[in-house]
Amino acid sequence: MLQPVRPLAAIRAPLARPVLPLATAFVLIASLAWAQAETRPAAESAVAAVLRWAPLIFGGFLFNVLVSVLSMALGTALGFPLGLLLMARARIPHATGWALTQFFRNAPWLVLLFYVMFLLPFELHIGGLTIPLPSWAKAVLGLSLPVAANVAELVRGALQSIPEPQWSAARGLAFGPLQTIRLVILPQAIRRMLPPWMNLYAILTMATTLISIVGIQDGLTITRAAIASDARPELMLPLYLFLLLLFFVYCYPIARATLVLEQRLQVRG
Amino acid sequence: MAHELGPPVVVLREVTKCFGNLTVLSGISFTVRRGETVCIIGPSGSGKSTLLRCIDGLAPVTAGSITVAGREVNDPKLDHRALRRDVGIVFQQYNLFPHRTALDNIMMAPVHVLRQDRAQVEKRARELLAKVRLTDKAGAYPGELSGGQQQRVAIARALAMNPKVMLFDEVTAALDPETKKEVLVTVQELAAEGMTCILVTHEMGFARRVADHVYFTDGGVIVEDGPPAQVLEAPREPRTRDFLDKVL
Repeated sequence: MLQPVRPLAAIRAPLARPVLPLATAFVLIASLAWAQAETRPAAESAVAAVLRWAPLIFGGFLFNVLVSVLSMALGTALGFPLGLLLMARARIPHATGWALTQFFRNAPWLVLLFYVMFLLPFELHIGGLTIPLPSWAKAVLGLSLPVAANVAELVRGALQSIPEPQWSAARGLAFGPLQTIRLVILPQAIRRMLPPWMNLYAILTMATTLISIVGIQDGLTITRAAIASDARPELMLPLYLFLLLLFFVYCYPIARATLVLEQRLQVRG
Repeated sequence: MAHELGPPVVVLREVTKCFGNLTVLSGISFTVRRGETVCIIGPSGSGKSTLLRCIDGLAPVTAGSITVAGREVNDPKLDHRALRRDVGIVFQQYNLFPHRTALDNIMMAPVHVLRQDRAQVEKRARELLAKVRLTDKAGAYPGELSGGQQQRVAIARALAMNPKVMLFDEVTAALDPETKKEVLVTVQELAAEGMTCILVTHEMGFARRVADHVYFTDGGVIVEDGPPAQVLEAPREPRTRDFLDKVL
């Protein structure tokens, strides 16, 4: 009897999965060993030093996650109406949406961040009210602008991917334009939007380390401070790798889930 | 079909429709009375589908006038949604909403557009499903239904709005011969119940059975019209004869 030939992908897939985290862990261990070898005899061991800093770095990383969640929420909230503007048939709303989207999509994230950080005051006076604007809030706003522009493009693309007859059928049943979008088009479009939206979130999470440049205490700032305060350059590699691993462990499952979702959508057609 | 015909429901006068330089309809006039079943036949690309879209206000007419239940469709101040409450349209490709079950597809418009009571709408939707012989498919998604079943859900969905006139745009063109029949039976029953129907169709045998009046269109004009026995069996115009020779 003939044995069915296993496709190459099926052989490679179970191997590929643990390879990346294993490799990263291996490099972390190797760098720890190297740092240990470089350590002067009287000093604290490299492993102990990394463990001492780990809770602080982890706390900083959690702040990165918080900023990413808030920026994504704000960026999505801003991006949805912007995407609807891109779909508008009237010229002025369309042109406004187009200009905003193009501007924020094609500007470097860091430059946008600088602009928002330094253009906005540290507090807002509205009437008699004083609203403090802490720098983390400004950073969230700064990161949400390019996210919004990317979400707008996702929304537009997904809405346009719904075939025209769906619009005709809804109009034929006397749905208004907003009812059509809310009840017929969006529920179908959101499914298609989800994988690229998750992908954007993973990219945003990694980009949150940009806020360390504008002076916010995130995971990267704390890691740099740790290296500087110990004055031990050999700790640089293991400490940065520890931070990398935190991001990896957080973002990799998102990337996997995105792939699975994409495949499932493809099967359904 | 020998039932009493009521007052005019759909009146077209000199309707012209152009897409850029292309004239799709040039001076179409006819009247459809309440309870009447009208079939429009003719070669592909003769503007038959466009005609139906114009009656439902889905495509604006270039010139002429269309009145549906006393409402002028070519009026810039027309309330399109009010017009479409009176007109049910069924498309060749069914166009069901794939993310909703058959029952939901039927209920959506009465609930959200007419703002009717959900429980009553559901009762009526189930009656409509029974009418199109799909009682057991209420919870099925469109993707789980055959083409003929989807088309019958689409008919039930249009009927749920209690329209004054039903438009059928080549509703069996995408179906295989067996499923075609179940859809045609549904349409025939509707016509027999006295629903005003305008059908664009390539099913000549079906047109012969159900139509009160047949219009043959070619090149954007009505070439010939009359009772089905006359137009389909003893056409006067050579163009009609040519066309029937090709399709029969």
